[in-house]
Amino acid sequence: MTLLTDPPKEQFRLSMLLYDTRYRSATFQVIALLCFMLLAAWLISNTAQNLAELGKPIDFGFFGESAGYDINQRLLDYDSQDTHLRAALIGLLNTLVVAALGCATATVLGVTVGVLRLSNNWLISRLMTVYVEMFRNVPVLLWIVFIMAVMIETLPAPRAFRGDNATASMLLGDSVALTNRGVYIPEPLFSRSLGDIHLLGESSLRFNVSLDLIVVLAVLIGGVWVSQFIKRRADRIQESTGDRPTTWYLRLGVIVVPLVIVLAALGFYLGHPELKGFNFKGGTHMRNSLIALWLALSLYTAAFVAEIVRSGIMAISSGQTEAASALGLRSNRIMSLVILPQALRVIVPPLISQYLNLTKNSSLAIAVGYMDITGTLGGITMNQTGRELECVLLLMLIYLIISLSISTVMNWYNESVKLEER
Amino acid sequence: MNKSVFLGALTVAGLMAGVAAAGTMDDVKARGKLNCGVTTGLVGFAAPDANGVWNGFDVSVCRAVAAAVLGDQNAVEFVPTTGKTRFTALASGEIDLLARNTTWTFSRDVDLKFEFIGVNYYDGQGFMVPKSLGVSSAKELDGATVCIQTGTTTELNLADFFRSNNISYEPVPIETNAEAQQQYLAGACDVYTTDASGLAATRATFEAPGDHVILPEIISKEPLGPLVRHGDSEWGDIARWTLNALIAAEEYGVTSANIEELAKGTNNPEINRLLGTEGTLGEMLGLDKEWAKRAIAANGNYGEIFAKNIGENSPVGLGRGLNAQWTNGGLLYAPPFR
Ligand SMILES: N[C@@H](CCC(=O)N[C@@H](CS)C(=O)NCC(=O)O)C(=O)O
Repeated sequence: MTLLTDPPKEQFRLSMLLYDTRYRSATFQVIALLCFMLLAAWLISNTAQNLAELGKPIDFGFFGESAGYDINQRLLDYDSQDTHLRAALIGLLNTLVVAALGCATATVLGVTVGVLRLSNNWLISRLMTVYVEMFRNVPVLLWIVFIMAVMIETLPAPRAFRGDNATASMLLGDSVALTNRGVYIPEPLFSRSLGDIHLLGESSLRFNVSLDLIVVLAVLIGGVWVSQFIKRRADRIQESTGDRPTTWYLRLGVIVVPLVIVLAALGFYLGHPELKGFNFKGGTHMRNSLIALWLALSLYTAAFVAEIVRSGIMAISSGQTEAASALGLRSNRIMSLVILPQALRVIVPPLISQYLNLTKNSSLAIAVGYMDITGTLGGITMNQTGRELECVLLLMLIYLIISLSISTVMNWYNESVKLEER
Repeated sequence: MNKSVFLGALTVAGLMAGVAAAGTMDDVKARGKLNCGVTTGLVGFAAPDANGVWNGFDVSVCRAVAAAVLGDQNAVEFVPTTGKTRFTALASGEIDLLARNTTWTFSRDVDLKFEFIGVNYYDGQGFMVPKSLGVSSAKELDGATVCIQTGTTTELNLADFFRSNNISYEPVPIETNAEAQQQYLAGACDVYTTDASGLAATRATFEAPGDHVILPEIISKEPLGPLVRHGDSEWGDIARWTLNALIAAEEYGVTSANIEELAKGTNNPEINRLLGTEGTLGEMLGLDKEWAKRAIAANGNYGEIFAKNIGENSPVGLGRGLNAQWTNGGLLYAPPFR
């Protein structure tokens, strides 16, 4: 016989959704969600209706039409007869180029400045403070425009390099020209080139892959792999015998020697820029729009990265440094072996945000006429076709994908530097 | 909640939004101001003076429309637009009228859904180079760096011109005329190309205009005119006939000096209908009798506006050329006011 009866089975009533604390919050969330969805649906239907009234229903057909405009910086072949889709692709590549260059430079610069800001040298640490505050507190757009204006106004025009009484001259044995149209540097060329592989036929997404580049990269990666192998062997010997064999020349050799042989076989040489007609021809032309954007974005973002690095380092207790130096480590080894590996865990997550910021800020490119994806798809294409909504939606989607990709990659990296709990 | 009531309310709200957007004239009257899109600054066509008052050839069209509709030529909010932002500004309703050296093209009219209300300047695309470059024809520009405003017809013409002549060039895309001027003067580009009138206007602001030449080639037709959105014909009519009134006034010799006199009645019925002493043209437009009189009195007739802002005796120094009245061998020809 049981003394305790089961509690009476409560019947579910509708009013409980509101009065029962177990259900109330869920009820409100569902209502809020419904309202939100209604609002979104209204916005979408309103937009669609207005567009239909204007006679401009959503239509991505314009992508297949020829763009009609030229783009100065193009990593793939492109001319004005190509489609808007290809113009967008060229713009996308330009965005990725400046973002990659910017992120790399900002990281190197930011880490250096962040570490130096903690230096005991009064002058150096103050200088770094000035740098950080100067760049952090002025909008990046102003830096972009400022650097561009300085380049245009102070560097000589190509015609100043011409004639017997030229007022400007090339640098580094006539291989580099600094002009107000950008910097011309030597370009790597192969006299016995293996040619290109042509992919995707004649479509708008076609591209060429240089076989020379593939071969050189393969040899380089192979060399690094062998070098790693030698290192591991040296580690093993050191562990078992206590003596580390000297391997640096071997490790360097397996990378450099095959590379030199391959480059020689392909007939590697540097093509120098030369003044011909109105402009320099040959060489690689880094346009002043690219340089202004790249410099401004990296200098600006580096200021933030520096602060992140500084905070990361300061988060590691000074006991670690003391313990390491008690073990007899030199200060640069303390930094690279003890402090930075731990600080990275603090540094990497906010660093991701900075990379994302830099990439998104690169859309300010149009201020200096750099033809990124905002300049092509979100600029000229949108303007010539009048497809504002389509272009902007697509642009948002593209930036979203770029940002998510960066986050994913960086999160992997973050996983790999994470504290391994045992 | 009763779902159908809610959805019904939504539909009504949506419809009302649609209806409200249709009557540009009512919007303008309710606002008491005309929102007029102009350039970011092109001396002679549209530029603010030292006191911030906008002046120029295109600005006068805005002012004439404001005078016709609102009775006050100063009831205009000037919205500076770049070659790229102008169409979005008009399509979105941010501006009621765009008067910004805009070329009337098929795709802008048909595909972008705008309505050009006429041509106020017949132009063509030209090239300007420094004299010191020693270039005498655009065909000699192989390999040159060319400054070009993005989002313009001139950008497309440029690509066509170089392609059909089989010569190469390096485009430097620019947002505004001011930036183009800066880059061009610093030698960051060899050539500046845009509408010939724009080149003349830009050159007029240089310290040494004589050091720059405009090459003989005119590579395109650029009929520049004001435009409105598709789908509001009443508003389009008002803008169109205001421009026509300015042109007709020149043809009939109605000037800002004699307009008061002529408005008392003349023995030319066409002038009388224009100025509202005969007929009901104003009423048909949904305006009053004196709409055209106010539009003309604001800054004078087409000829006066031309002479004051861009004519031969102004710093820009453009001749009438194609923009003379048809009676003088030009292309200006206002349809009859009847
Ligand atoms: N007519 C051409 C070009 C118009 C254009 O952009 N003109 C320039 C120079 S004539 C201009 O008005 N610039 C003024 C500004 O930058 O705001 C078009 O409609 O696309």
